[in-house]
Amino acid sequence: MITADSRPKLARGVRLQIDRVRGGFNLLAPEHVLRVNASSAAILELCDGQRSLADIVDVLASRYAVDRGRIEREASALIDDLVTRRLVERP
Amino acid sequence: MTAPAPFALLAELTHRCPLACPYCSNPLELDRKADELATADWIRVFEQAAALGILQLHLSGGEPAARHDLVELVAAAAQLGLYTNLITSGIGLDKARLSELAQAGLDHVQLSVQDVGAANADRIAGLRGSHQRKRDFAAWVIDAGLPLTVNAVLHRGNIASMSALVDEVIAMGAGRVELAHAQYYGWAARNREALMPDLADALAAREQLPALRERTARDITIDYVPPDHFARYPKPCMNGWGRQSLNVTPRGLVLPCHAAQSIPGLSFWSVREHALDEIWHGSPAFAAFRGTDWMVEPCRSCDRREIDFGGCRCQAMALTGDARNTDPVCVLSPFHDRVEQLTTAPRHDSYVMRGRPPRTPDRTLSPPERDDADDVEAQRPAPAR
Repeated sequence: MITADSRPKLARGVRLQIDRVRGGFNLLAPEHVLRVNASSAAILELCDGQRSLADIVDVLASRYAVDRGRIEREASALIDDLVTRRLVERP
Repeated sequence: MTAPAPFALLAELTHRCPLACPYCSNPLELDRKADELATADWIRVFEQAAALGILQLHLSGGEPAARHDLVELVAAAAQLGLYTNLITSGIGLDKARLSELAQAGLDHVQLSVQDVGAANADRIAGLRGSHQRKRDFAAWVIDAGLPLTVNAVLHRGNIASMSALVDEVIAMGAGRVELAHAQYYGWAARNREALMPDLADALAAREQLPALRERTARDITIDYVPPDHFARYPKPCMNGWGRQSLNVTPRGLVLPCHAAQSIPGLSFWSVREHALDEIWHGSPAFAAFRGTDWMVEPCRSCDRREIDFGGCRCQAMALTGDARNTDPVCVLSPFHDRVEQLTTAPRHDSYVMRGRPPRTPDRTLSPPERDDADDVEAQRPAPAR
């Protein structure tokens, strides 16, 4: 499980890219494409290995008028799921 | 019917290859170097692919490193935002050129490995010294900071070493391994009795898999492609014909799958004459088996028709003589006994090597290293037909 001081980043060989044909975003990985929506993309583009989860939640809370607790739950769930799928690392 | 945008394009840059694997799925008749698409043709195809919605570009062959313009092609694809995956034997690419590929924006390398021990691996590849060269190459990939997948084709000649093979792949630094049972297309069909494992060995491999995954979970992801001849239902070949991906052959024909040329009566359009979106949406070969309208019974009324799409058209063609039939791997197929005949047929261990007479593993990878894949084709006698 991810904690507030984890500094998640996309795994090696994984990148986030806008999809100009279908709309939305994709996580591109070896032999794998995961379609992600705009709110997941907003979280993932902050996963740079430098920011902690707490930092990421701060940035998003200041950017969108959404409750901090809800952002934290959403970000944690997303990152935990992607760690399981080996698309995100939390060193 | 209107097809949704495809996700993946397999660019078979060349059929030239320094290896001679008995399980090669390329067609019996290979495209010649003189007929290969030019650099500008491929770059135009990549541009059209990106515009069509392609996300993943697999650069394959043959050995793609036999193309002298490989770095240029990777750079062009990377600039278009395509996720570029180099599918290579590791032979014919030195450290400097690999580093150029990384600089050009290559995303990922997939390296083929034949077995865990050099002697048997070199026997399967038909090239002495190849396995050690692959170990060196894997180290260069890691040094270049590129993610590495190793692909090992499993067959009766190496299935007993599956677990040791995974350990070897971990030692090579790969984050992912594909353990893919041999499939019997193209050249591989000639070696079916030498490739197909005995039922007991295929079952043993499957039973071993969960423990192997658990033991290595911290080090590697294992993708396993089961041997479809021993399955109850067919594989969802290509996840459906003309549904997600397309292949471009060295001379520019666009195919719905790698082996589609084995189906008579399909005409394939060329990127020399048509744009890729025109081919994807309009070419008769893509329309032929798209969706479910083409199906005959038992597929037509089957609950699984949108799960496995009737299996593999090329296998239906090869084993029943009609590509519309249910893949005979399926237990519901009236031709399923033909698969049983194959799985119970006597086996042997003598390969018909690609491009050379049988049982002459005599070629050696000669130092110093050189980019000799161009010359290999000329040195090798024509394939036995």
